[in-house]
This record gives sequence, C-alpha cells and structure tokens, in this order.
Amino acid sequence: MAKRYAMAMDTRLCVGCTACVLACKTENNVPDGYTRDWVEEVVSGTFPTLQLELRSNRCQHCDNAPCVSACPTGASYIGPGGVVLVNADKCTGCKACIASCPYNARFVHPKGHVDKCTFCTHRTAKGKQPACVTVCPTSALVFGDRNDPDSSISQLLRSRRYKRANVEAGTKPNMFFLI
Amino acid sequence: MGGLTRREIIQLSGGGAAAAVVGSGLLTNWWGLDANQPMDPKTDGETVVGSICELCFWKCGINVHVKGGRVTKVEGNPKHPLSRGRLCPRGVGGPGLLYDPDRLKTPLIRVSERGTQRFREATWDEALDLIAKRFKEIAATHGPESIAMFQHGFGATWFVHLMKAFGTPNLAAPSYAQCKGPRTAAFNLTTGSHLGSPESVDIANSRCLTFLGYHLGENMHNTQVQDFSTALKNGGQLVVVDPRFSIAASKARHWLPIKPGTDIALLLAWINVIIEEKLYDRDFVAKYGHGFDELKKHVADKTPEWAWTQTTIPAAKIRETARFIAGFKPASLVHPGRHVTWYGDDTQRLRAVAILNGLLGNWGRKGGFILPTNIALEKVPTPTYPKPKRAVADRPRGKVIPLASAPLAAGVRDASIPGTADYDIKAWLVYGTNLPLSLPEPQKTREALQKLEFVVAIDVLPAEIVGWADVVLPESTYLERWDDLYNPTYEQPFVALRRPAVAPMYASKPGWWIAAELGKRLGLGAYFPWKSARQYVERRAKLSGLDFEALVRDGVIVGKRQPVTVEEGVALTFDTPSKKFEFYSDDLKKAGLDPLPVYTPHPEPPEGSYRLLFGRAPQHSFGRTANNRLLAETYAENEVWINADVCRSLGIKDKQRVVLVNQDQVKSLPVRVKATERIRNDCVYMVHGFGRREKKLRQAYGKGASDSELVTRSVQDPIMGGTGMNVNFVRIERA
Repeated sequence: MAKRYAMAMDTRLCVGCTACVLACKTENNVPDGYTRDWVEEVVSGTFPTLQLELRSNRCQHCDNAPCVSACPTGASYIGPGGVVLVNADKCTGCKACIASCPYNARFVHPKGHVDKCTFCTHRTAKGKQPACVTVCPTSALVFGDRNDPDSSISQLLRSRRYKRANVEAGTKPNMFFLI
Repeated sequence: MGGLTRREIIQLSGGGAAAAVVGSGLLTNWWGLDANQPMDPKTDGETVVGSICELCFWKCGINVHVKGGRVTKVEGNPKHPLSRGRLCPRGVGGPGLLYDPDRLKTPLIRVSERGTQRFREATWDEALDLIAKRFKEIAATHGPESIAMFQHGFGATWFVHLMKAFGTPNLAAPSYAQCKGPRTAAFNLTTGSHLGSPESVDIANSRCLTFLGYHLGENMHNTQVQDFSTALKNGGQLVVVDPRFSIAASKARHWLPIKPGTDIALLLAWINVIIEEKLYDRDFVAKYGHGFDELKKHVADKTPEWAWTQTTIPAAKIRETARFIAGFKPASLVHPGRHVTWYGDDTQRLRAVAILNGLLGNWGRKGGFILPTNIALEKVPTPTYPKPKRAVADRPRGKVIPLASAPLAAGVRDASIPGTADYDIKAWLVYGTNLPLSLPEPQKTREALQKLEFVVAIDVLPAEIVGWADVVLPESTYLERWDDLYNPTYEQPFVALRRPAVAPMYASKPGWWIAAELGKRLGLGAYFPWKSARQYVERRAKLSGLDFEALVRDGVIVGKRQPVTVEEGVALTFDTPSKKFEFYSDDLKKAGLDPLPVYTPHPEPPEGSYRLLFGRAPQHSFGRTANNRLLAETYAENEVWINADVCRSLGIKDKQRVVLVNQDQVKSLPVRVKATERIRNDCVYMVHGFGRREKKLRQAYGKGASDSELVTRSVQDPIMGGTGMNVNFVRIERA
C-alpha cells in the first residue's frame, strides 16, 4: 500500500521549548522572522484550578488539502506519501493557498514563493526523521506511515486518544494531537 | 481548537525583520582545525564535527554540520549519553552565537572612564603585554592574591590553571554562592555526597517526582528533560510545589501553589506526616540513619494544620501529598533543584529536602538518587602550583562562614571595595560571566568596578561587564576552539571532546591560547608545556589510555555502564562524621547552627508590593543568550507575570508595558505584562537575562526588564555563604 505520512504530537509530554521550531529553521534555512512550525499554548481555568495544553504545530498535510485545490498554477501539490508540497518555480505568490488554509501554515518567502513544512522530505527520503522529530527532547513528536499498521504512529493512534484541528473544514488533517 | 494563531505567535516572539546574519567561516587552514573531517553519508556534502555544546553548563554532545566553511546546523550527538541525539533549543541555536554580528572582534584597550564601551582596537601582543605588566605590578605591590578571577563555563579551565599558577586563591564562580552552593553544602552534610553535575538522580525510573520551585522543562537540562518525559510516559507521578503554574506543574497530579518563602514549613509537615503515620522506609532509617529520634521530636508539632497557616496549602492537601509521595518509595524522588539561593536559609531547606529523601529510603535506589562514577583521567604533568600566602578574601573581616566549600563570588566582589575584607582585591580577570547580571546587589558590583585598579574581561560578546574592563580579549566561541576533556560522574560514564568545527572568526582566539600566552608573559611558561590544545588533549587522552582517534571521530568515548544502585549491587556508604545518613547534623551543632532544619517566617511584601521571583525560559541561559538572534526567533523578550486578578485591580491590561520599582526605588526598563491565572497574587515572575542596557548588544538592547537590577538586596546563608535573592519586593507602575 502507498505510504500515508502523518505526525502525532503528544501534548502530555511537550514542554513547549521550541527546539522543534529552531531545528526546522536551521535544517531548512527558513529566513529570519519566519517559521514553518510553531508552538501553541492554551491555558484554561482560573487560579488555582488550571489546565495547560502545549502543541507543536505545522502544516497538517491534509488528505483533502484546500491549498492544492486553490492553487491556480499547480505549484501546490501532493507529493509521495501524501505530503503537501510547493513547487517554488511554479508558484507566483498569489496567496490563494494562504487564504484557503484553515491552519495558517503557509507564508510568502522573501524570495516570492509560498513556503511551508515539507515533513522534511529531503531527510525522510534518506531514511531520517524530520528535523523537529529528531531534536525533540521529550520525544513528543512521532512521524511515520499511517498505512503501515506496525508503525509507531499507527500503534499510538490505536492506543491513545487524540484530536485533530479544524476537522469541520473537511480537510482530513494528518497532524494528530495525543491528549 | 482555541489559542493563539501562528501569526500571533510570530508577532509575540518578535520575529520581525531580524538583522541578517553576517560574517563567514574562514576557509584558511588554521592550526588545530582538522583537515580531514569525516563526512556523514546522509548529508549533502556536509562535514560533521562531534563536539560539546556551551550554550549552558550541561555540556551536551553535539554534531556540528559544516558546509563551505560555514556551520549550517547543530544536532545532538546520538552517541553522547547526555544528548542521545536530541537537543534543547539553545543547543540548536549555536550558530546564532557563532554568527552574532555584535561579537567582539579584536582585543580592545579602554580610552575613557569605566562603565562605557569606549575602546581603541589593539593587537594581541599589545593587549597581552599590558595585562602581564599590570598583573606583575599589582602582584609586586599587593601580592598575587589581590588579583581575583571570576569565571563560568567549560572554557574556564585554562584560566583557572593560569591563575592557580599565578598564586591567587580568589577563583570565584557565581555558580556556587549564587546558584547551587546550598545544595552542595546540604547534601554534603547529610549524605557526604555533593550530587555533582549532572545531578546523580534517576528521573527516568522514578515512580513519583516531587519538584519544589524546580521548573524542569523551562530550564532545559536536556538529559533530565528527556528522562522526565520517559518517567511521564511510563506513568510516573508528579508533585509540583511552585507559586507559579509552571510547565511542570501543568503535568502534575498535585500542584501546590505555595506562598513563596515557606517551603521549609511544608517540608517539615510532610516529614511530620511521614513519621507520625510510619510511612518512612524503616529498614533504611534503622540501618543507615543518624539522629532519627531527634528528627522525630523536632517535627512533632510541625503538623499540616500548622504548615497551612504558613504555606496557605490546606492541611488535608499536605497530608494527602505526603502519603502520595511516600506511597511510591523508594522510587520516589524529591528533586534537589539547582538554582536554590532563595531566602538565605537555603542550606537548611535543602537539608530538609535531603532528610525527606532519606525517609523515602531512595538513596542509591532505582528511581531515586544514584551513585555514579566517572572515567578517571590522568593529568598532563605541569609544575606544582604555589601555595597562596593568604586565604580567600570573600567575607567581611572576622566573619565566619563555616561550610563554604568554594570562594563566594559576591564576597570576593565585596572584598574589592577597599577596607571590607582581610585584604583588598585590586584587579579582576573576568571570564565568561556577566557580573552586573550574575551577582546580586549590582550597586556593589558597580562600586567595586569603579575602585579596582585593573579589570580584564575575556568574552565572546560585548556584555555589560566588558564595559567595565580596561582590556578586553575576544575569545573564540565553543564552535571555533579546542577545550579540555569532559568526564563527569554519570550512570553511563564517558569522556567527551570539544574541538573546532570552523576556524576562529575575526581576530578572536581560543581560551587555551590566551591563557598560554599570558602564562608566558607572566613567567609561567613552564605551566603550559604544549604547543596547542589539540596536542594537550591528545597527550591527556593517551596518558589516560583512551583512543584519541575514536574520540575525535565520535566526539565521545562511552565507558562500560557501572552499577549505580543497591539493586545493582552497590553497597551504601556515607562520607559523613557518623558514617551514616545524617538526619541530625553534629557538624552544624558544633558550628553553633541548627542541627535540624528550622522554619523561620520571612518578611512579606508590604501592601501594594509583590515578591520578585525569577527563572528561566527554555531558549535562554543566564544573560548570555539574550542577544542570540536565532533564539530570539521564539523568545526575544521577557515579560512580567502578574496574577490576572491583580491586573484587574490595578487596571493593567495584558501585554501593556509597566515599570517595576523595588523597595530601594530602583526602576526596571519597561516590560510587557503577562496577565495570567498561572501565578499567585503575592508575587511576580520574570525570565532572567533580559532588560539589557548595553547598546552594543543590538538584539537584546532595551528588550524586557532585568531582575538582576532589582535584586539590590540579598540575605546571606550563614552556613555556606549563598546569597538568597528572592527577598526583593516590587511595585508595578505604568510605563
């Protein structure tokens, strides 16, 4: 079966340190002032009955990616393993994809094309993990093939409760937040 | 899902148009840089250099990727026991230090009064000759002891060696009396072991972790964060005592939002419950305990009901958590913390922590404290150091501080104000520590710096201390230099190597070279019988029977794992006077101090004031990372945490800028408010290292506020001389 790459993020382990964000920046040479991934911190309750959830977030590499449908030039496409990618040469920087993305995962690179998380395809093609997964001191990020029932991510998604963001948009996202 | 959007996050983290990274790695064949770096087949033509991080004191193993003479990224070294292939954000941010455009680029000599960074550029010969001349003059008049050194960081070893050879005992590091010194003293007294660094604790296997003000996850001790995650993943429980709902607190089964300054009351009440309800490890206490009966008597009236009146933690909750913690013994670890200089009775608080751990019987046990060893290293032979003619000048004349086991940095600073100590300190050599931020009572640091005859700063960046130096020496960063071998005690013993990934940029020089050149000029050349640090470490490795080529190839040599627990066959011994685990300390009694920890209430903030607390963000260490533009991408500026109700009553809004004014009317720079439910209403909290006033730190300048400036008071620990710093109160004024 074809690979279906996905990422699970354990909100119970994450400490919000942003090593994932910085490792992505140096790995992918993301320009100053921009990041492809980010950390969200949500506090609920009042003192002293409080809850805090931390999420390392990025492009959801949706099965039903609105950015790909919205792209007038075919620059945004679904690559091997279902990874949503941007062909910089075809991108005109029109921002239709940015408007269509419910996750705010895309930005215009100073060179004029749209940029975003690639699940580090250049690394995974060589058998490595994405840079954010490799660096994470809490091992909160798990990347793998959801179509392989024996993969770590498949096992986690069977054993743990999880949620996904903006499922009502019909995007079928592939970022899973373990809770 | 709610919460901040990506754009807001980016805005919050100040990720505007950051200055472009300038400068390039020199491609010259600089001596000491390996010609043939191993290639990682999985990278695109990058060379990979195994080395040791220096963005904090933890010293993780790193793999530095270099392409076209430039460092492209830093990854964790998978073979290194402290990093295991993973890194904290600071470690990843290494290139942000290497390519910081504000770096010191040449030696500098002062041309105006101290306190401003007005210098002329100098050659290395000129700068080193001047330092040697002045050091010799001052030593001839006042003795070599009158020259003090302040240091922090792994690179300091070369200068400690130099100054010991020169004959001064005044080698001070704020990491003792401003940080973990009380813990060292307390565990030495109680167990005969000082815990070391990395602390000898088995977090990963702990079934219950208890933290008191220890914000692991915000302080990113990489290995411990990894172990913390492992413990949580395996169902380990967590109890967090903190006035602030820290990241760790958010993962805890029990969060106890204690009133600041009352931790000893809570600890004594926990001990009371554990003894009264016979929840302690009776075998351990019978076999190894000294003074248990005195302890039992001592805590008899320290009931949870009593502690509630002090801590504001309900008695039922204190009882419940005492039983909870004891329920997991011996794999129940009350973490000793690290930065523990809070109130001046810190050694006693850490004694209470040690005693509680003793009752849990976790000494030398899986999931508790472990008994690690290291790989012993031979020394490269050098002449014996001269014996200093006078003792350390780190306390007021006649003052006795019975158990200080290292020079007290703030005390050596005070001895630089003439007429304070047994003799006056006349000159400073400051290596890698930004004293205006790293010592309490900055007004005294300024006074000392004005009175000194001569000040030398060795640094990478134009930190505030540089503005007070007469001669400034630009050191190469850790990515551009060799340093000594690193062989800490650890459950998996290892020896690690730091070596350069790129050649030194600008006219910077590595510390080993600077120390040797100064040594030569001071007539101490015999102490530096090596041509280069590479030659030195190679000789040391070979003397120690280590495979130097493997060390260079892998960045680390991992030894055989040694048994570290009773379960693995280690026999317990205690290097204390009674040869037992000392619940009761005869040494303290003899010194006229409390032999058992006593709770004393501390002054509370007056109406309208709040206790100032400070800590860490995962992206930053001390004051030395605030200028790092890469780290600033996710944390550029600190904020002051203020309880949301307090904000409402003061009419202050979230993100608004305020000024903090302390009890001595010292004002902070304007700082953004974080109006939050995550903190009590009697204290405020800031991340340390911000609010910088040095304009040459162009990234950090003027961003946020400095807790250090507001710590104009401290309370000295009578046992070991630590400076309790959580004793300052601030009012909140609109900016």
